[in-house]
Amino acid sequence: MRKKTVKKFKKDINVVNQITGEGWVYSDTVKKHFFYPKNLLLKDPEPGDFDAEGTAGSPACGDMMRMWIKIDPKTERIKKLKWRTFGCASAIASTSMFSEMATEKGGMTVNEALKIRPQDILKRLGGLPERKIHCSVLADQAFRKTVDNYFRARLPVRQKIRKTKAG
Amino acid sequence: MKRIYLDHSATTYLDKRVRRVMDSFWEENFGNPSSLYKEGRKAKKALDKARADIASLIGSRSDEIIFTGGGTESDNLAIFGVVKALGSRTPKPHIITTKIEHHAVLNAVKNLEKEGFEATYLNVDGNGLVDPADVKQALRPETALVSVMYANNEIGAIQPISEISKIIEKYRKDKLESGIKEKTPLFHTDACQAAGYLEMDVRKLGVDLMTVNGSKIYGPKGIGFLYVKSGVKLKPIIYGGGQEKDLRSGTENVPAIAGLAKSFKIAQKEKKKESARLIKLRDKLAQGILKTIPKTVLNGHPKKRLPNNVNVSILGIEGESAVLYLDAYGVSASTGSACTSLRLEPSHVISALGRPSEYSHSSLRFTLGRKTGEKEINYILRILPEVVKILRKISSLKTSDEV
Repeated sequence: MRKKTVKKFKKDINVVNQITGEGWVYSDTVKKHFFYPKNLLLKDPEPGDFDAEGTAGSPACGDMMRMWIKIDPKTERIKKLKWRTFGCASAIASTSMFSEMATEKGGMTVNEALKIRPQDILKRLGGLPERKIHCSVLADQAFRKTVDNYFRARLPVRQKIRKTKAG
Repeated sequence: MKRIYLDHSATTYLDKRVRRVMDSFWEENFGNPSSLYKEGRKAKKALDKARADIASLIGSRSDEIIFTGGGTESDNLAIFGVVKALGSRTPKPHIITTKIEHHAVLNAVKNLEKEGFEATYLNVDGNGLVDPADVKQALRPETALVSVMYANNEIGAIQPISEISKIIEKYRKDKLESGIKEKTPLFHTDACQAAGYLEMDVRKLGVDLMTVNGSKIYGPKGIGFLYVKSGVKLKPIIYGGGQEKDLRSGTENVPAIAGLAKSFKIAQKEKKKESARLIKLRDKLAQGILKTIPKTVLNGHPKKRLPNNVNVSILGIEGESAVLYLDAYGVSASTGSACTSLRLEPSHVISALGRPSEYSHSSLRFTLGRKTGEKEINYILRILPEVVKILRKISSLKTSDEV
């Protein structure tokens, strides 16, 4: 019984980092990615720089991110993944971390990257204050949107290919 | 690196002169003011002196000052105390307050709504000011209490308290003449942010209840007082040994009370000079930000605001990120962004100005203090554009976007 109350109490303190146990404190990895973000899109893209673009979140909620991807059409590996985020430190850090995970070691395939869950990002970041997770870890959603747009854009091409083959 | 503290509306450090006064109350003069023997009498004397000092600063009588555990408690005592004393004569009591109150008032009133009270939350204009005509319109025969804060903690907007009190006074008079014997509505103001800078004479302000605390005026934390005009019926929210005219039981916090009195005395004595000095710095900072950083707006009235308050929305950047960047540059500031609040809601104050929530998320508040000078302001004006440039580069919102 007592254990239960303790557990409930702990759950209520949602500012606590679920890995370090500290309240309202960002891990060193989070700080590193916040102050020195990786794969940030610095210049507005030229046509042809990327294959697709996607957005998640909204500025009204306080967090919004935009992602751009370039995919190798043969291997479906992610050649480039860039982003911009309007949001708090954890939104910036988690997007930066996602971009690193998706592009490191020669890049994941689209299917591999689609399997990255928020928990995986958190693990690599050394955790986040609990209450930050739902609102700010949007990178996986932004990526899914971007990939949707990527395939949607290619769809007519594929159909065209199929048609020409059939013809 | 030397820190630049610009969050004096959150809390202030203790003034050395105040600490010196408090020092003697920990070991030497430690008695309980309720005790009859010498130690008790000594403590009682100090308590009486603090009360008399505060009373003279606000133009009240000594017995109209009730010491409490801080601003939140004073606000709660004013609101719950008034409604608990109403009795059964007002079947469906009504309360008027504003949309930009501190949570200590707002959540107390919301709580009463759950208990069947009716409440009106007055709108403010784009500059954060309450229109006294709106108060007049909202008054009803069953209105028990009007609570309007003196100066806002986020945007510094100074409300026309004496104008509002005149309207209430007239309404009460008319009510009395029409044969209703109740002395309602009562008028409460939360003056925590005002206490260091503005006119605090309760007769001039015309209030029935006024909240002040120590932690915003270079005094100790966890101490405050509620001015209760004589004749105002109030019930306690804390029960016990009957201290503070039965309105706030518990052994009096004599060291903090002595400190509160001293800090309030210093603040009131220095307010004219200090306000003039801060207004110059405030306007320099605000104008500097608006001029050098594109897509910025000032939140709150440009003139009718606290001498130490600058609140700006810097579009396209998010408040928490900005606060953390400034922190890395050695500057302490705050934001109305949801990302730093415990509730995940953006600032209710900036939302009440009628702007989209992006303005709250991008808001930054700098509140100046006694140690703030030209040098500090120049430093902010130098680094803030850099910080904004970095964060706007990261931001997915184009500043030309409709934010």
